[in-house]
Amino acid sequence: MAKTHVTMKVNGAEVEGLVEPRTLLVHFIRENLQMTGTHIGCETTHCGACTVDIDGMSVKSCTMFAVQANGSEITTIEGMANADGSLSALQEGFRMMHGLQCGFCTPGMIMRAHRLLKENPSPSEEEIRMGISGNICRCTGYQNIVKAIQYAAAKLNGIEFKEAAE
Amino acid sequence: MIPGSFNYHRPASVADAIKLLSDLGEDARPLAGGHSLVPMMKLRLASPAHLVDLHGIAGLKGIRRDGDTLLIGAMTTQHDLLASDEIAKSVPILHEAALLIADPQVRYRGTIGGNVANGDPGNDMPALMMTLGATYRLEGPGGAREVAAADFYQGAYFTALEPGEILTSISVPAPPAGHGYAYEKLKRKVGDYATAAAAVVLTMADGKVASCTIGLTNVHETPLVAADAAKAVIGTNLDSAALKKAAAAAETIMSPAADARGPVEYRKHVGGIMVTRALQRAASRAR
Repeated sequence: MAKTHVTMKVNGAEVEGLVEPRTLLVHFIRENLQMTGTHIGCETTHCGACTVDIDGMSVKSCTMFAVQANGSEITTIEGMANADGSLSALQEGFRMMHGLQCGFCTPGMIMRAHRLLKENPSPSEEEIRMGISGNICRCTGYQNIVKAIQYAAAKLNGIEFKEAAE
Repeated sequence: MIPGSFNYHRPASVADAIKLLSDLGEDARPLAGGHSLVPMMKLRLASPAHLVDLHGIAGLKGIRRDGDTLLIGAMTTQHDLLASDEIAKSVPILHEAALLIADPQVRYRGTIGGNVANGDPGNDMPALMMTLGATYRLEGPGGAREVAAADFYQGAYFTALEPGEILTSISVPAPPAGHGYAYEKLKRKVGDYATAAAAVVLTMADGKVASCTIGLTNVHETPLVAADAAKAVIGTNLDSAALKKAAAAAETIMSPAADARGPVEYRKHVGGIMVTRALQRAASRAR
């Protein structure tokens, strides 16, 4: 099958590559670009581990072809740290609130939470839970993931995070 | 899981898309949001030789009001629907239902056109469109035509779409001001198709139901309008006898498949309960 030339901006850098039409975006990111922070979990559009940010949308990159992302702007987990290399609010939240155990779902969780907080900077707990309902975690029971996102929201809003009483 | 090989086409106009689909024939499939088709291709349950991606056609996206009708472009995503003040104000049942479709990521990509045109009995929007009396604009090599949602569904994955035709937009008549509405969907988890779901749009006058339409999702090979169930509540104040009658009438026309969501009897039973709950909630919202 003839390959197609694609260009896109990933984490601020212009990238290009040759892809078959059937190449999934997640494979392009992991194999062509060698950015393996974006994980492949279920491969059936359920688990959200492959979530990346494309042109202001959270997208499961296992369910979109790389050719469809031609010309778009993408952020992956590799693009989430602050410019000086320090952890962003969300990354810090996941660390401080123990928002991960095995860590497999974490890149997708953070990318989804990133867009959620852009659209809704002060979400309620329920809005956070609905907001990450397309991301599956099999370790944490979600409690600490929700806290991690609350921590990040508070930090981004310049207020001190206080854990709700159990 | 890697899909089979295919050729990728990205037309810039509806006319070009129709020409491609007509010329390429049965080997070609239109690609909207891709959140039904791409998973099917990865499982190799679908292996089209050509994909005609509709994302390059600017005119297919957007929501606008024309008098008492809302025109929704086929490539409008569920996320777009949820973000639309016009939808929330004029046809709030679509807002309520879109929130129950799949999950946030899928809603950024999944389109209303794909949802209604695919003919999947598990999709939520078809029964809603029948309930609202919507019509679909189909454009093909022979020109454009309008087909009522009620006449569109012929069987599971079989619709009125002819070869080379694309569903390009949906016209939804806005229900009258003060109407009550509810979409009740029983599902096992976020992202699941309905075990059974019911849509109700009604108006009330002097405490009694003045008009009512009921739609049903995933309890038959096509979406259904439960006309007898609606008739059973018109003129009543939705007392328990009327609700029971409506649920029973709705169950009569259900013929769900037995699957992981439950045996036939269970799915019909909860289908009746969805009708009851939707009627009560819709009535409580009517002014």
